[in-house]
Amino acid sequence: MRQQPLFFLAVSVLIIIGVSMMWLRHDRLGIPLLPANDTPVWLVEARIDFVALGDETLASLSLPNDPPGYRIISEQAASPGYGFSRIIESTGRRGEWSKREATGPQTLYYKVQFAPGKNGTPRPSGNTEAPSDPQRIIWEEPQATAAADLLETARRRSSTPASLTRELIKAVQSPNDQNAALLLDQHSPQQLVVRLLNQSGVPARLAMGLKLEDARRNQSLQPLVDVYIEDSWHLYDLERGGQQGITPNTLVWHRTSGPVLDVMGGQNSQVRFSMMRQSIPALDLAQSQTSADQPLGYISLYQLPIEEQGMLKLLLLLPLGALVVAFMRIVIGIRTSGTFMPVLIALAFIQTTLLPGLTAFLTIVGLGLLLRGYLSRLNLLLVARIAAMIVLVVLLTGLLSVFGHEMGINLGMTITFFPMIIIAWTIERMSVIWEEQGAREVAIQGGGSLLVAIAAYGLMQLATVRHLTFNFPEVHLIILALILLVGQYTGYKLSELYRFRSMVEKD
Amino acid sequence: MLVSPATLRSHGLLGMNRRNVSYISRYNERRLYPLVDDKKLTKERAMLHGVATPTLRDVIDTQHGVRDLGKRLGGLERFAIKPSRGAGGKGIMVIRERDGEQFLKASGQALTLGSLQRHCSNILAGLHSLAGAPDSVIIEDLIEADPYFESLSVEGVPDIRVIIFRGIPVMAMLRLSTHASDGKANLHQGAIGVGLDLASGRCIHAVQHSRRVHSHPDTGVDLNRIAIPDWQNLLTLAARCHDLTGLGYLGADIVVDRNRGPLMLELNARPGLAIQIANGKGLLPRLQWIEAQENIPDSAEARAGMAMAEFGEKIPT
Repeated sequence: MRQQPLFFLAVSVLIIIGVSMMWLRHDRLGIPLLPANDTPVWLVEARIDFVALGDETLASLSLPNDPPGYRIISEQAASPGYGFSRIIESTGRRGEWSKREATGPQTLYYKVQFAPGKNGTPRPSGNTEAPSDPQRIIWEEPQATAAADLLETARRRSSTPASLTRELIKAVQSPNDQNAALLLDQHSPQQLVVRLLNQSGVPARLAMGLKLEDARRNQSLQPLVDVYIEDSWHLYDLERGGQQGITPNTLVWHRTSGPVLDVMGGQNSQVRFSMMRQSIPALDLAQSQTSADQPLGYISLYQLPIEEQGMLKLLLLLPLGALVVAFMRIVIGIRTSGTFMPVLIALAFIQTTLLPGLTAFLTIVGLGLLLRGYLSRLNLLLVARIAAMIVLVVLLTGLLSVFGHEMGINLGMTITFFPMIIIAWTIERMSVIWEEQGAREVAIQGGGSLLVAIAAYGLMQLATVRHLTFNFPEVHLIILALILLVGQYTGYKLSELYRFRSMVEKD
Repeated sequence: MLVSPATLRSHGLLGMNRRNVSYISRYNERRLYPLVDDKKLTKERAMLHGVATPTLRDVIDTQHGVRDLGKRLGGLERFAIKPSRGAGGKGIMVIRERDGEQFLKASGQALTLGSLQRHCSNILAGLHSLAGAPDSVIIEDLIEADPYFESLSVEGVPDIRVIIFRGIPVMAMLRLSTHASDGKANLHQGAIGVGLDLASGRCIHAVQHSRRVHSHPDTGVDLNRIAIPDWQNLLTLAARCHDLTGLGYLGADIVVDRNRGPLMLELNARPGLAIQIANGKGLLPRLQWIEAQENIPDSAEARAGMAMAEFGEKIPT
């Protein structure tokens, strides 16, 4: 009892610090407390890696030039020891990094901010730079015959370059076209369409686009087909079938003939992209980035590379999940299997979205329980049994992905977000509970875990919550204070009001 | 369907959070937990403090000790093999009889020496211990249930759970297994909990599945007539369990052996709350009364006496 006042003092200090820092940063740095409803800003970071050979080094990266549907707000390059310049050539914009002498692994960054153009609808291409003549395409047998065949069929069904493009895309995407299948062995579908168009005398080239999704890292550019029709270039995204145009979340990065990345004096070069959605008005962002000399600026996370920012954005949601678990277990009295397993599941749900994630999770755990039933008959020792379970869970995940893909459901990527080892442990624990306490207990604890996970997910995916946890890291002091408070709760759990009901009935 | 928190408070009901914060974490020192979680240690301490437990026959710590299991068992006919740090009754194997080379389990199933050895080596590897930590095997005498207790339940030996706070018994219940509970004495699996009067050892209230019952569904025994023989001795044994662990808030499981009388089976540093349902009473008033006491007597007999005087029911006989 004596430590109580001290405890409440500590809790209130935490809350006061948290709230006042939030207010200060809101007031001084102009970071809005609520996510702005106006246009989101996309922050994209290109990271170039290569191994320098020890001589002069020149890296040249194609830069986006007036991409349809987006406008560039700001751009900057970060690369210690390198000279950087933007060059506008007839073929487009390029960024060039140069250094007299460089050895070993090198990393260069290029950061750019985009805001969607009017309502994010792609404008008709302003890029009307006249094409050179169509490239000459040379095929080897038997590809030449297949290509000629394919082209002939498409040409017969079309009248204009636009309809020819549509027919070619359809042919390339049709699953049972023998000719297309043969040609696709050596070329990507986009490449193939471009080659065939050029062969038929329609100027076409490959463009490169980036699919914008919040907090993604290690992304690469996706090829697009760019066709010159009636004095201007038109983009085709093969994901949209033969329809002209690109999806609104595609950012066209590279739209000229040259290479995307060209490194002289280095090898093993590659470029990867990280991106993040920000709801902060661009002006405020610029302000907070330059205010590192202000004491408050140090605490902002915006100075980190976007790759890390994206990761932190997810990590900073974890404490909230922990709070939900503490609340649900202590105050509500929901039983979960594995204390913080629900938070990890919720985190996985954020990446997979709820329904596909839930389906995948239930399928894997269900199948895992069946297999575990067999494993228990083998009389294995615990560690070996769990190790075996991990292998099985990974295999199940693989199988499900393949199966889902065949069925046309894109579960593949989503399942891999689940923490395999946690799932293996969950299955183990569930099956032990099943054996010792019956299926009912499994349903209670499994259902409880899922309920808590869904509640945590529901909270974590709110735009306001994501905005606050990332832009105001001091919110976590308040969360910590709340968790401490919950830890001191000595009242009845909600579930106990039900459990002890018989005590009162007898009166 | 739900009861208001105020009603529960007026009945003096102890909730899980309050138990954890105000009693377990305040009165139970973490370093003392191994004394109750490890049966081998509990038994050693019990012997020092004169608390009777089932006779320990052997302890096996190493895999090569398992090889000599046949020799170690010698002519032992009736015994139990237990993991020293098993959780929740896991991994306990009870041998009732020997038939030549065969060992017969309670269910009548015959086992070879080889399968006994495999069971022991599983225990050593930590199959039944929490988090799979390496463990040791203890072999002890089988409990010969007192005939009175044998008549009360169908299978399994009935045991008495006593909650002891600062060395004073606070509440007690008798647990009777049923067919529904599959021979287990676990209340939420359908065993019957019989609340016992601390002064006399008589039944005051009995529940199954949280509902009041008056007779055993399988044997038809009238639960209201139950009275534990030799009650004062049993309560003194319970009070003594506090001395051997030093834990302030403690649960003791006690069985009554035909030949040796009350024996302490195991101790629990986080005893459950179901005992309140079995007694139809909350623990809080009694716990608070004890918290208010300045002098707690050193002798277990005196503490048991305090419990009998303070917490007894006035049943009209």
